[in-house]
Amino acid sequence: MNENLEAVAEQAPPAEHIHRDDIGSKMGMWLFLLTEVLLFGGLFLMYAGYRFLYPDDFKAAALELNTMVGTINTFILLTSSLSIAMSIVALRREQKKLCIYLLVFTLLCGLIFLINKYYEWGTKIEHGIYPKGPAMEDLANGQVVYFGLYYVMTGLHALHVIAGMTFIIFVLVFIVRNKVTSTNYMKLENSGLYWHLVDIIWIFLYPLFYLIH
Amino acid sequence: MPNGTIAVHPQELDFYHEKGKHSGILSWLLTTDHKRIGLMYLFGMMIFFFTAVTLGVLMRLEMLSSENTIMQPQTYNSIFTLHGVIMIFLFIIPGIPAVFGNFFMPIQIGAKDVAFPRLNLLSWYLYISGGLFAIISLFTFGGAADTGWTFYVPYSIRSSANVSMTVFAAFVLGFSSILTGLNFITTIHRMRAPGMTWFRMPLFVWGLYATAWIQLLATPVIGITLVLIIVERAFGVGIFDPALGGDPLLYQHLFWIYSHPAVYIMILPAFGVVSEIIPTFARKDIFGYRQIALSSLAIALIGYLVWGHHMFSSGISNTSRIVFSLLTFLVAIPTGVKVFNWVASLYKGSIVFDVPLYFVMAFMFIFSIGGLTGLVQGALPTDIHLTDTYFIVGHFHYVMFGGMGTIFFASLHYWFPKMFGKMYNKRVAYIACTLFIIGFNIMYFTMFILGYEGMPRRYYHYLPQYHTLHVIVTIGSWIMVSGIIIMFANLYRGLRYGEKAEQNPWGGTTLEWKVPSPPPVENFDETPLVVAGPYVHDRENYIMHPGKELH
Repeated sequence: MNENLEAVAEQAPPAEHIHRDDIGSKMGMWLFLLTEVLLFGGLFLMYAGYRFLYPDDFKAAALELNTMVGTINTFILLTSSLSIAMSIVALRREQKKLCIYLLVFTLLCGLIFLINKYYEWGTKIEHGIYPKGPAMEDLANGQVVYFGLYYVMTGLHALHVIAGMTFIIFVLVFIVRNKVTSTNYMKLENSGLYWHLVDIIWIFLYPLFYLIH
Repeated sequence: MPNGTIAVHPQELDFYHEKGKHSGILSWLLTTDHKRIGLMYLFGMMIFFFTAVTLGVLMRLEMLSSENTIMQPQTYNSIFTLHGVIMIFLFIIPGIPAVFGNFFMPIQIGAKDVAFPRLNLLSWYLYISGGLFAIISLFTFGGAADTGWTFYVPYSIRSSANVSMTVFAAFVLGFSSILTGLNFITTIHRMRAPGMTWFRMPLFVWGLYATAWIQLLATPVIGITLVLIIVERAFGVGIFDPALGGDPLLYQHLFWIYSHPAVYIMILPAFGVVSEIIPTFARKDIFGYRQIALSSLAIALIGYLVWGHHMFSSGISNTSRIVFSLLTFLVAIPTGVKVFNWVASLYKGSIVFDVPLYFVMAFMFIFSIGGLTGLVQGALPTDIHLTDTYFIVGHFHYVMFGGMGTIFFASLHYWFPKMFGKMYNKRVAYIACTLFIIGFNIMYFTMFILGYEGMPRRYYHYLPQYHTLHVIVTIGSWIMVSGIIIMFANLYRGLRYGEKAEQNPWGGTTLEWKVPSPPPVENFDETPLVVAGPYVHDRENYIMHPGKELH
């Protein structure tokens, strides 16, 4: 009897079954993006509440931001969204090299965005505008909240840029090793979706912080 | 073989014995099998549950006399906070979906696993780390949070206790919950067996589906809110700090935007289990299948819009109070639909009375009291009188513990033979359940009276006039806990020495009863074909080996 059981165990298919469902994995990604939207949604809700409470302070505080840097960063992120979308098409057309170049370009855009952000924050901090900073004591309550939201929202967004870049690096390695190919490119498409989300959140942050008058 | 159908493998190994890639403890810690992950959740959950029960017993012991007896006020504050955090975030919210949902949902829809097995394992690790953070926070600098499980600002910003760590634990647990929800939605959409249409799914799956949507849509909001508490404590950004221009009321809104839907995360899977157990033991199709399925979605939807009823005395406007009160009454309607349908399902059934049904009866009694006292608080005038008294404590233990907790026990007794392939001692189970019901009602019903008479919640001290009632509550807690201990001792005994369980000991009609106990690794040797609804008793609703049986 025991032998019989062991024989069956050997015959049986391996426990790790290969299950591939492209629509399913895309659906999972969309659901995840939905949770990300809601994560930022909480912050947007707070922004709305406080802007309603302190409209004048928000306008005054927004003058401190450098609109030029914000605009350049918007441009960079939009371009990177284009390049990652093109990389998916390139892979599907079996142009592996082009796909890799486009992904590297996307990563570079992300990096430049972060460097800009770093200098932008750095300037603020030099001027003493940071939580509990020396310049904050002279500011009205609404301005303190504005900068609080500014740091939290752009900071969380920067973390998402880093996360998105990490995904792209992983997928890049998979592509080089031929694990992500023209017939099996769901991982690339999903990290593309994530990158677009990062982009789209910035598109909302940009006018809310830089363009209010 | 089951059903006397054609055997594909002469003898199939169950999932405990099948050899996988790893062996020993690693075969559990690195598994992607939804059944093993479900059992690992059960194991972790039992540790956290009994920790929190112990904390609760200690609190009641302190309340035995109005003197300062076994603990200091600060310790009492930390303990009631941690009792709440562990019970809510580690037991009540994940309880039924993570354990029984993981184990049975894929089987009930005829799938081999969930859509993302590795993500499922990641959720378990997040769950365990969150739990450890919560417990560790008790012993590290400052002690566990003393804010209550709601972490209301500005106190949670100012408190010298280690609030950040407790809050972080809740954040990690939220992440685990989101990933489980995401996994379940995708699984239910993509992996149903052929013929398993939406309205042929078991109602437990419907409950999980509605729950998963709430998990997905509500949890991120509390995630960001909790992160902001940590940021506020670390950097003082001023978003919630009134001294810097922040608005504490906004925190309460954001907190309850998640935490009210969360009570439906807690109860909807339990409703699903009730809808499984009743048709099984009534030997009858469920009454109003579609109404029960859709009322789950209705509860999820309306439950989203009632958060303001936690803030009736926080200083929100009268208009919003009236609107929230009205919506609160509305959410009782789909719940009433369910209770009505359950009772109607039992009517004229050929009822076979057994342990799981006994638990369900206990649930119906307890939950009805909990639900009706909820309406007392949903009404504005009475709520102003009862806010922050023991009435509230009584009410939410009736609905949460009496609702979800009782059904968790019911699920354990219902699915135990399937999960472990063993049977427990039914007579002892009856005794344990009876003790539980008696103790539960003595303990929490007395709290209604205490609250009505004005005893505030979260106080470690009280005026002498409340003494007698507090003694009764504490004695009730002893009876209830002894019931729980006997229950688990009995289950453990069943696990070790119980007789072998049959494939279908209760006469259930859903798919998990068509596979061996315990099920094989891939659940089915062949994907079944679904030909009828889930609770049909008089004919076959599943063809287990399509192609072979048809001829």
